[in-house]
Order: sequence, then structure tokens, then C-alpha cells
Amino acid sequence: MNELLIHLLKIAGVIGVMLGIVAYTVLAERWVCAWMQDRIGPNRVGPFGILQPLADGLKFIFKEDVLPRHVRHKFYFTVAPMITMVPALITVAVVPWGSYLPVLGHNIKGVIADLDVGILFIFAIASLGVYGIVLAGWSSNSKYPFLGGIRSSAQMISYEVCLGLSVVPVFMQAGTLNLWNVVLYQAEHTWLVWCQPLSFVIFMVSAFAETNRTPFDLPEAEQELVGGYHTEYSSMKFAMFFLGEYANMFVASALMATLFFGGWSLPVAPLNAPATTLAVGLAHVGVFLAKTLFFLFVFIWVRWTLPRFRYDQLMTLGWKVFVPLTIVNILVSSVVLAVMENG
Amino acid sequence: MNVHDILFWVFSIAMLVCGVMVIAHRNPVNSAMSLVLLFAFMAGLFVLLEAFFLATIQVLVYAGAVMVLFLFVIMLLDIRASVLKRLRWLGLVGALLVSGLLVWEIQQVLRQPAVESAVEAKGLALGLSDVVKPLFTQYMLPVQLTALLLLAAMVGVVLLSKRDLQ
Amino acid sequence: MTDAYNVQYLFVAVFLGVAIVFPLAPLVIARLLAPRRPTPVKTDVYECGVEAKGDAWVQFRVGYYVYALVYVIFAVEAVFLYPWAVAFTGLSVGAVIAMLIFVLLLVEGLAYAWMKGALDWK
Repeated sequence: MNELLIHLLKIAGVIGVMLGIVAYTVLAERWVCAWMQDRIGPNRVGPFGILQPLADGLKFIFKEDVLPRHVRHKFYFTVAPMITMVPALITVAVVPWGSYLPVLGHNIKGVIADLDVGILFIFAIASLGVYGIVLAGWSSNSKYPFLGGIRSSAQMISYEVCLGLSVVPVFMQAGTLNLWNVVLYQAEHTWLVWCQPLSFVIFMVSAFAETNRTPFDLPEAEQELVGGYHTEYSSMKFAMFFLGEYANMFVASALMATLFFGGWSLPVAPLNAPATTLAVGLAHVGVFLAKTLFFLFVFIWVRWTLPRFRYDQLMTLGWKVFVPLTIVNILVSSVVLAVMENG
Repeated sequence: MNVHDILFWVFSIAMLVCGVMVIAHRNPVNSAMSLVLLFAFMAGLFVLLEAFFLATIQVLVYAGAVMVLFLFVIMLLDIRASVLKRLRWLGLVGALLVSGLLVWEIQQVLRQPAVESAVEAKGLALGLSDVVKPLFTQYMLPVQLTALLLLAAMVGVVLLSKRDLQ
Repeated sequence: MTDAYNVQYLFVAVFLGVAIVFPLAPLVIARLLAPRRPTPVKTDVYECGVEAKGDAWVQFRVGYYVYALVYVIFAVEAVFLYPWAVAFTGLSVGAVIAMLIFVLLLVEGLAYAWMKGALDWK
């Protein structure tokens, strides 16, 4: 019973922290953008504008939710925003947030569900997110959303291939799909980014395309498509798409930190092994969050720096550059690893 | 009846309901989404059998990839309820034949002496590496044949798309 | 061991519940609190000011579905590549070479699609 309570607290903690970070990433995006464009940015609500997410949330709740009359499948129209959000939340369950937290005689593992199929679970759940976009575009029964929905889902499935193939060498080296063990491997050996830099670059760029972020934000290309699959959405339903994008960014950042940058570990004495004291355990969680936040910052940084790709460039980059590169990477890695092991 | 059994019945009944919805809905998008749900419940059944790898693959390949393709085809070709043809005699006979075969098959399976419990079959599914090792030693030939099959599929895709695009 | 492992999936189920409630709650709250005053213009289709003609569900660039087909093939390939990656450290040289052939068959398929122009965006 006690065990169960601990796990429920863990789940509540993870969800709470994640949604908090997601809400504040929206604010951080506006701050960073203002800073890069030499503006002031949001500073009115609370000191330095830190209550802005609260104000935005209230605004979304009290705004009129327009249901366009040409929408013929109201069920799908309502459910679609949720479908983009839910997979992002579920995938965090297998991401290791820390090593152990030794509290009151319990040794709490820093991951909610320690699954052997780890990364495959993430890819399986994440692949369901595309339904939200397809259904949103289709159920809107309007031309821009339909076009945007189809475009965006073709983009997502193309880059899912890149994403999936790019990390195969990482798991070849670690010899496990369990993310907690992948981090442990890196704590004992070295960060995998030094061994698989190409993997990392392709994974990161594909993650940008997968989360529909600039330079691959074609689905919401305001200047060309007046927005994409969510053109007909307003108020809370729109907010759900918006938050879904940031939640996906969070998952992508957490995965980059976990797979390539040692997750909770740092290559210095007490932080490079699973924690035995509470202080080190908390430090591990801090290290993981710091790395994740850094990658979230990179997402924002890139958005306000690079212009958008054209759709044909996007597809060419995915299928004719990344997919062949990932396969070459897999072949080379397998030969090198096999030679190292047997010779 | 323990939790395990209850979950088995919940998932099975949900699967059957979804299966009926797939064929009962007039709108092809509804049918496709019912099928996605069905695959999700099937994954739940695999989890009950402790075949975790299989459950994940079920969601990844069927719910995540194959059904997206179905939806694409439905939407791009604009298939509507109205274009669905009336029941044809040949189709009816074929359907009855296949259903009969299925019923016979299930009956044959049920006649087999019952496996004591799922625990016997579990031995395989304990760890991921236990599942995958035989794949690359004992069953290497089928794996290679799958690669050939996938190559054939790719060639098929290219030929089909060529014909469509022209 | 098996029990402990089953429990992990229980957590996934609990998490699924939480993950569904969190997006659902704001939607429900907004539905209860937000005003609704639809007018014909407000609920009209979004089309840059020009009146919409026909509905949006028309036959559309079939080229998109080629990507979906190739995606399915690659998803199935990945299903074999991941277990291979896990089993890699303990495999014999023969098994590694056999899997290299497997990957090369995939490359061949990709090269064929490329040569025939199925991956070109037109």
C-alpha cells in the first residue's frame, strides 16, 4: 500500500513538473524571442511577467469556443486536440528522471515505468500523435486545414523513419532498449554523443521536424497557408494543440539528454553512479532537468534564428539525405562494433 | 476470478465491439478509427500474456503505421459512404466461406488439450533479450525472407505509384 | 520478477488515465465557462474572405500516400533492427553478417525507389 502511494506521488510529481515546464517554456519562448529581437517581452503580469502563463490559461478558458458550422464530425473535431497532447504525456513515463531517491528506507527508482522495450514504447505511442493532426485537418472540412493536415502528417511519418533509424546505433552500443540502463551505460562508460555524433545530429534535426518546429514548421506556415490543420480551432481546443507542441518539445529534449548526454549522470565523482544518498539523488534529477531545459532553449534559439524550409526541400532532406545517412551509420557502427568485440 | 481474468474479458469484449463497429459504420473514417482502437485493445491482451515486445510492436506497426496509411488512402481518394457498392452474391458466398473456415479453425484449436496455464508460454517473454536472441540464431532464414518480402513490397509500391502518378 | 514487471505496466495504465484527464479537464471547464454566441459570419469557413465553394473533401494529390506506404515498410524494418541492436553484443560474426545482408536488402529497395523517382516531390 505504501509502495503504491509512493508511485502515485511520483506520477503526480512528474506530471506536475512537466506541465509546469511546458507552461513556462511558452513564456520563455516569448522572452528569448524578445531578447533576440532587442525587445522587452512580456513583463506586465506579476514581477517580470512570471504569472503570464496563468493569465494566458484564464484567457483561453473564458474565450468563446467557435464551432464552425461546416464541421460535420464534431466528435473528431473535439478529440483531435487531445490526441496530440496525450501521447506526449504518456511517453514521459519511461524517461528516467533520476537514478534513485533514498527516502525513509525506500529506494525510489527515478523512472515511473521501467520497461525493457523502453524506446520502442516511446516510438509506438508517439506514432499515434499523427492521428490528432490528420483528424483535425479532415474533420474541419475546410480547405486550408485539410491541406495542412495532410502535409503535416506526411512530414511527421517521413521524419519518424529518420528518428527511428537514427538511434539504432545508440542501442547497439548500449545493448539494451531500457532507457534507465542506457543512462547507466553512459554513466559507466562515456556519453554516447561522443561515440555517435552523426546519430545525434540526425536525431535532433528530425526531432525539430517531428515537433513541427521551425525550420520545419510548414504545417503552421502562417505566410503561406494561413496556419495549417488548426486554422478552424479557437480558444481551449487551440490551446491544446499549442501546449501539445511544447509537450512534444519537452519529450524530444528529455530524449536527447537521455540517449546522448548521459541523462541524470555527469562525469564527476558522486554524480557518475546511481545515488545512495538523498542529496545525490536530488542532484541527479537536477542534472537531468538542466540538460532538458538546455535543449528546450536550443529549440527556441533555432526558431528565432533560421528561416523555414520549402516542402520539397523538407521531403528531400528526409528521404534522400537522412534516411541513407542513418543506414550508412548503422552499417558502419555494426562493423566497427563487431570488429572491436571479436578482434 | 482475479484482476487478470477481468481484464481479459474487458479487452476481449472491447475488441469484439470495435470489430463490429469497423464493419457496421458507413463512414470509412469511423471504421478506420475503430480498427485503431481494436489494435490498442489487442496490445492490452498481449500485455496480459506478458508478451510486452509483441504489444509494443502491435501498436507501432498496426496502429501507428498501417492505419495511418489506411486513413491517407481514405482521405486522399475521398472515399465516401455513398460509393460503397451494394452487397453482391459472389461477395456474400466468399464471406460465408471464409467465416465458416474461421469457425472450423477455432473449433479445432479449442479441441486441443488445454495448456495448463499461460505460465508455460511465458518462459519466452520474460526478458526482451530472451525473445530476440532466437530471432537471429534459430530463425535467421525467416528473418532474411522477410527482408526479401519487404524488398518486393518496396518494388510494388514504386510500380503502383508510378502508374497512379502518370 | 515477473510480478514486479507486470506492475510497471500498471503504472503505464495509471499514467494513461492521468494523461487523458489532464487535457480533458481544461476542455470541459472551458466548455462550461466560455460564452457561446455563434453568428453566421463567425461560424463561416475560413477562406481569406472569398466565399468557399464546395466542401474540402475532394480527391487530392495521391503522391502523399506513397510516403505512407514507404513508411509502413520502414516501420516493419525497424521492428527487426531494434531487437538486432539489443542482441548485438552477444551475436556471432555469422549472424552480424547475415543482418548486414538484411540491411543491404533494405538499401536496395530504397535505391530502387530513388532511381524510379518515387521519392521525388513533384
